[in-house]
Order: sequence, then C-alpha cells, then structure tokens
Amino acid sequence: MTTEVATKAALMIEDLRVAIEGKEILHGVDLAVRKGEVHALMGPNGSGKSTLASTLMGHPRYEITGGRVLLNGEDLAELSADERAKKGLFLAFQYPVAVPGVTMVNFLRLAVNGVRGQDVPVAQFRKQLLETMKLLSMDESFARRYVNEGFSGGEKKRAEILQMALLKPQVAVLDETDSGLDIDALKIVANGVNRLLGPDLGVLVITHYQRLLNYIQPHFVHVMVDGRIVRSGGSELALELEAEGYDGIAGKNGSGKEQ
Amino acid sequence: MAETMEMAVNLDYEQKWGFSDPEQYVYKAEKGLSPEVVIALSRMKGEPDWMLDFRLKALSIFRAKPLPTWGADLSTIDFDEIYYYLRATERQGDTWEDVPEYIKNTFDRLGIPDAERKFLAGVSAQYESEVVYHSIREDLTKKGVIFLDTDTAFKEHPEFFKEYFGKVVPPADNKFAALNSAVWSGGSFIYVPPGVKVDIPLQAYFRINAKNMGQFERTLIICDEGSFVHYIEGCTAPVYSSDSLHSAVVEIIVKKDARCRYTTIQNWSNNVYNLVTKRTVAYQDAIMEWVDGNLGSKVTMKYPSVYLMEPGARGDILSVAFAGKGQHQDAGGKVVHAAPHTSSTIVSKSISKDGGRTTYRGLLKVYPGCDDVRSNVRCDALLLDEHSRSDTYPYIEIEEERVNIGHEASVSKVGEEQLFYLMSRGLSENEATTMIINGFIEPFTKELPMEYAVELNRLIALQMEGSVG
Repeated sequence: MTTEVATKAALMIEDLRVAIEGKEILHGVDLAVRKGEVHALMGPNGSGKSTLASTLMGHPRYEITGGRVLLNGEDLAELSADERAKKGLFLAFQYPVAVPGVTMVNFLRLAVNGVRGQDVPVAQFRKQLLETMKLLSMDESFARRYVNEGFSGGEKKRAEILQMALLKPQVAVLDETDSGLDIDALKIVANGVNRLLGPDLGVLVITHYQRLLNYIQPHFVHVMVDGRIVRSGGSELALELEAEGYDGIAGKNGSGKEQ
Repeated sequence: MAETMEMAVNLDYEQKWGFSDPEQYVYKAEKGLSPEVVIALSRMKGEPDWMLDFRLKALSIFRAKPLPTWGADLSTIDFDEIYYYLRATERQGDTWEDVPEYIKNTFDRLGIPDAERKFLAGVSAQYESEVVYHSIREDLTKKGVIFLDTDTAFKEHPEFFKEYFGKVVPPADNKFAALNSAVWSGGSFIYVPPGVKVDIPLQAYFRINAKNMGQFERTLIICDEGSFVHYIEGCTAPVYSSDSLHSAVVEIIVKKDARCRYTTIQNWSNNVYNLVTKRTVAYQDAIMEWVDGNLGSKVTMKYPSVYLMEPGARGDILSVAFAGKGQHQDAGGKVVHAAPHTSSTIVSKSISKDGGRTTYRGLLKVYPGCDDVRSNVRCDALLLDEHSRSDTYPYIEIEEERVNIGHEASVSKVGEEQLFYLMSRGLSENEATTMIINGFIEPFTKELPMEYAVELNRLIALQMEGSVG
C-alpha cells in the first residue's frame, strides 16, 4: 500500500484482525475503497464477509484484535455505530431487523436528522422521501408501515437502499443485498444503487453470487476465503469465479496480497 | 460516573417536571387520621350528615382492614405522617383570570392553557385537595352535560350522589377505597344526559404540591343511555424527599348503548404511593374503555376494572407501565363477565429498567350461565437490562363452558441487533432505545389524543436520558 492510496482512500482497511468471543474470524484483511469506486467482495459462506461488514459498522460483539480501519483517514476503532454513520459510513444489512410500532417515516426522519446533525424541515424531508421511494418503486403507504415488520425479502432490501439514498453516505457497504431476491426485485434494487453511484461515493458490495454484479458493475473484485482476501482483480475475476468456483480460486492461493 | 449521571437526571427531572412552589395554604389540617380530622373536614365542606356518617363508617373500615400483602410492598407508608385535607385557596376560579398567580405559574409550566385552547372542552385542574379552576364549554352546559369538581357537584346535584356514590366501589371494597371514602376531597364529576355525545375530551390535571400531602380525589362519571364521553386525567407531581400517598377512587356507570373512555397518564414523582381503585359497571350494549398509562410513582397498585352486567356490554382495558430505579408498577386490569354475550380485551405493556419492577396482575371472571363470552388478554413485558424485573399474574376464573378466551404473554429484552441497526442509522444509543420503547407501546400511544401521545413520548425520552453507562 502506498501513502498516496492511504490518503486518498475513503475506506482503508489495514491488516484487520477480528475476533468474536475470543475466536479470530478475520486474519489480516487489507482493502482500500476510494470514492467513485465500486468494489465487490466475494466468497463462500462462512468466509468472514459479513463479519467484515459488521465490524466496519461497529457491531459491539466484534472485537478488533489487530490492524485498523480508517474512514477518510480517521481511525474508527473507538467510534460507536452512530458516530460512524455520522462520519459517512453506511451498511445495508443482510438481515434488517424489525422494529415493531415504529413507522418508516419516523425512523427515517430521525435517522436523517441524526446523520446530518440538524433537523431537516418536515416538508423538505417528505418531498425527498416520496421522490426516493418512487425511484425504488415503493408505494407511498410504505412510509407508514412499521420498520421491516412483515416486509417481504424484496421490500426489506429496497428499504435498505432507500435509507442509503436518504442518508447520502461517502462509503456504503452492501451486505448480501441480493440474497432472497427474485430477478425483478434484484433489478429494482440494483437500479437504485446505480443511481446513487458517483464520484462522491465508494461502495463495497458483498455477495456470494456473481449474479448481482451483472447489474452493479464493480471496478474491483476481491475474493475472501477463511478470513483472508486471497485474490484481487478487475471485474473479470467475478466471471472467473463463476466458471471455476471458490475452490478453484482458493487453489491459486498465495497471491492474496498481490495487486 | 454513574452517580454523577444519576444526579444530573434528577436535577433535570426537577427542573422540567418536579418544580414546586412555596406552600401557600388557607387551611392546613393536622397530620394523621382520626374521627376528629374527618369531622373537621366534613364540617369545613358543609356536608350533610349522611356524608359525614359515610366518611366515619369508612374510617372504621379502613382501620379494621389489614394492609394488603398480596401485591407491592406498602409497609413503609406512615399514615400518621400524612395531611389528609388541604385547601389551596378559599374559592374556586371560574375563569383563568381568577386563578391565583402562583398556581397559574405551575399550570403554565405544565402547558394547561395551551392544551385547553387547542382542543379541550373543559379544564378542571386539581391543585391540592380541591379543584381551583374549572371551565366548561357553553354548548356542553346547554346540552345538559355536568362537568364539575366533585365537591361542587355534591352541593349542587346531591341526587346523583345519593343514587350512585359509593355504589360501584363501596368503602368495604379494599383498605384504600375505605381510606378514600373517609377523607375524599376533589376529583371530577361528569354527567352526560341520554343521547348526548361529548365530541371533545374533558380533562382534569391532578397535581400534588405539598410535602407529605395525601390526595384522595373521588371521581364519579355517569353516562346515561346512548351517550358518549372521553375523560382524560393526567398527572405530574413535584419531587419531594418524604413519601406521599395518592389514593383515588373512580366510579363509572355506563348505561345502555353508552360509551365511556377514561384515559390516564400518571407521572407522580418517584416517592408517591399511588393506590387507586377504578371501576365501571357497564349495562346493555355499553362500552367502557380504560386507557391507563403509569410512568411515575414509587409504588402503583391499580387495576381498572369493568363489570359487564348485561348482554352486549364490552370492556377494553389498555395499559402501559414504566418502572425505573426504585419503582414498582403493579398494574393490570379486571373484567367480570356477569352476563352472556359480553366481550372484553385486556392489553398490557410494561417496561422495566435500572432495577425497576413491573407486575401485571389481572383477573378475568366469567360467571356461570354467561355463554357466548369472548375475551382476549395479552400482556407484553420489555426488560431494558439484567437487574430489572417483570412478573405476570393472569388470574382466570371461568365458570361457563361456552366461552372463547385467549391469553398471550411475552417477555422480551431490547435486542442488541435492534440497537445496532438503529445506531447504524445515526441514532444514539438513547435515541435508539427510546425509539424501540415508543414502538413497543405504540398500540397504547395511538389511542391517545395527539398532544398526549407527544407528551408521553417526551416523558419516556426524559426517563431514558442518562440511563446509559
């Protein structure tokens, strides 16, 4: 890693080691995401992808035992999840949790105010919310439903992207955003993400399957196996994976740290 | 660190809700309870002999009955240290201008005039033992609706009292009903004539302001045939170092085809014993709805009840209890199905934090011969930490086979995953916890008028402040 990359990267992960209840899951992960870039992190189940996602966002159960994570040059280790969100980090959850009795509109308003550190006028917020929901093919009634309660798989993922759109992060981590989606829902979600892409946003797409990458084109692809990134490359790596499977890629191990 | 936070919270509470004015009283009874005190009180009020007899009989019942031991711990109440009657001003004000300045100051800080302007038909704000301010919309008066403090109502409309007073909750019902019957003062009286629907909620604000001050208000509501009324009772109280006792009795009669809703938000300071008997008798096709929220007090024991006396009657009890450090909320509901084709629901939500304790205590009773009874009981408890406690005592006595009874109970904790999810969206831990709690009690909040829902959410946010650490 050069200093230049380190200073320019919005998200900088350096030799990150993470343990849950004393058991190390990530054994030294390096990754740099600059603004304007889309990175895909692929890997089989249990390889540590979601552990990385939760750790980045600051889940209290994941303990950083080595290395560090920088967001715009600032070490995240001591920051709680809400502080990370305020600094421009976003995680689209693989399994968004339900919060019964809390309407989407109330939740989103508090979230937007929290992240921006100021109260957005109600009218302005409403307009923004309705416009964004329209882009994601969400009915207006959606805003009055309780957060993730009784949502279908597709509705949950759309709701995650809705939040991403409203919170306007600098770095977004999408954890298995494609899981549980049929092809139509996948297209809607991918279109939603694509609309948000641009020079001010860095994205890390975590996925098990290559399918999502047909719709969200990554600039870089990384393969994680057993808590390490074993291969990194361009978008063609995803196709190679599709053809050879993770076993094939893992077989070419040892080249993990080469770029 | 934890101690400093605690102090900060108390200070905040005192500033925002626990403010107290210097005591200014025209008359102050002696501490403690005796026949002499009861006689003096009754004479002061100029009551007829039958009420004095009623009070004295109730006093002897109170003295004869042991303290109940089946619920919360009441052993630290010192009955000799309590003032049983106090009158803040000589006369009542009819308009806002007539209300003394220092009392206005208190109400201003509670936002009463605002609330009144917005949607209230009448305000009956209780300051100490007697109602000092009372107003009612003229058109209600024209329709024959009576909304008065109970003392005035007793003077002006004794016929209602002879017929109903002490009939729904007789003095012998329990020790604290007896105490209230002996020394009652203030409270609200409402009479709604046949067919009259009161379209705006009627409200009274209760407040205890004196050290060691007992408040024993007595409320009587009569909904005549086909009528409707929504009565709202909201309480806040100043913080004092010694214990206060609040023991009210509420009696409601809902006649054929009438409907009554009674909404309470109780937020006594954390040294108040709040021991209240609330009961309704509902007749043919009548509907009674208790909406009962308990946030404050040291100990609350309150089980709003409905006696369904005739076919088609319905009773709904919706309650929320919030117990923080040193608090025990022993609350629930009671429905007695004394007629066939009657229905009821009891929904109870409780939240415990910082070692607070909530108890759901409910009774569902169906008498023999009462077939086609439908009832559903649901109680959910939310624990915010490991030291807090929740218990459920859902007594069900069914003496009839052809009934449809459902009962569900759940206990849950604020989930780590819920917190993480909300925090990842920029909400602080407090904001996230508050949001989860507000969601949990939403079935309750949505039944409240907007202002009250907002106030309740604000009170909970206040309770949550500084609780992390």
